[in-house]
Amino acid sequence: MKDMLVQVEPLIPALRRYARALMRDRAAADDLVQDCLERAVSRWHQRRDGSVRAWLFTILHNLAVTQFRQATARGRQMPIDDAGEQELVSAAAQEQRLIYQDVLGKLAKLPEEQRAVLLLVAVEDLSYADAAAVLNVPVGTVMSRLSRARERLQQEMDGVAPGNVVALRSAK
Amino acid sequence: MSQRPITEDDLHAYVDQALEPERRAEIASYLDDHPDVAGRVAAYATQREQLRGALASIADEPLPAELNLAHIVENRKRRPLRAWGAIAALLLLGIGGLGGWTVRSLLQEGSNGLTSLAQEAAYSYNVFAPDRVRPVEIRASDSAELTQWVSNRLKKPVKVPDLSVSGYRLMGGRLVATSHGPAAMFMYDDDHGDRLVVLTRPMSNRNLDTPMMPQSTGDVAGFVWADGGMGYTLVGQLPGDALKPIANEIRKQARPI
Repeated sequence: MKDMLVQVEPLIPALRRYARALMRDRAAADDLVQDCLERAVSRWHQRRDGSVRAWLFTILHNLAVTQFRQATARGRQMPIDDAGEQELVSAAAQEQRLIYQDVLGKLAKLPEEQRAVLLLVAVEDLSYADAAAVLNVPVGTVMSRLSRARERLQQEMDGVAPGNVVALRSAK
Repeated sequence: MSQRPITEDDLHAYVDQALEPERRAEIASYLDDHPDVAGRVAAYATQREQLRGALASIADEPLPAELNLAHIVENRKRRPLRAWGAIAALLLLGIGGLGGWTVRSLLQEGSNGLTSLAQEAAYSYNVFAPDRVRPVEIRASDSAELTQWVSNRLKKPVKVPDLSVSGYRLMGGRLVATSHGPAAMFMYDDDHGDRLVVLTRPMSNRNLDTPMMPQSTGDVAGFVWADGGMGYTLVGQLPGDALKPIANEIRKQARPI
């Protein structure tokens, strides 16, 4: 158990960050992380060799996906407006905060699977192989989703309606 | 020198800083010559920085109490204790003065997981001991295979106790599922067909040694104890005074040297 504490505890902030970016609601995200940690504690001895980080993110991701499905089945849409962004970014300076709220609002418009891969790779620093393990897809699928996610997010940031893009503008 | 063609995957790995230095240098030099691609890569890098920046503060927040891992571990250990507390209260109502002792021993057991082990053994007994067709998965004739299998799965060397001095023959055994992971179950019978079950699995507290304690679940009763972090239990439908010497014999044989 001590081994578990030492390996799991430092990863909790990252799990919270991933959960909140996916759920866009503090309480719902923390509930999810708590659920994840309870499972991690009870299944610690069942995990296979390999990255503890990837294992924890897999548990968390699967819990999130289950929640999304349940929400969809109940006919409830996950929020895609800008309502959650203010809660997400609080510590930054005013101007920076606006930029951050903007990028998160645009991220939220991405399909769930693209959002997940972008968060795991670009924010949580999972290797492509670990992200593939978390999402239970081949690495090739991770790469194509990542590519679509970045392209789509850039279209949003450039103010181009998706689907009408011929060439992407370069960064300012 | 011929160079591997540049792929989209390379561009993403460049953004994610996931390339070997040599390949990274190749991509950088390609980007120098292709400003349009370089622009796209720079935009992706900006996305990445903005996302990281926007979400960074979440990871800096103090963790709420519900996410304190030590509390979660602690709560999990307490759960069976609460259940046994309720049962102990019932016992207390039923058997008055004697109840005081029972409550104390049940609570102590609950906190180190032995109660769960005894219960798991009773469940296994109820499921497998009445089975006349296939009570065990590996028979005594293959006991070497049985020992190796369960030792591998429990990640601990497991010895199959020999109860012939008590008049019980090994029938065989199997791996059983418990809420604490796999456990090894061994089944014995005597000339009357009375069956006994021994269940053992690692305890969460590796250094745990406990005295032997009586346990019962329904009409299945027996003894439970821990030695060197391994939990053991012997259960059957015999009176306690008949099981006690057999449990002592198992403890003597199984004790780590």
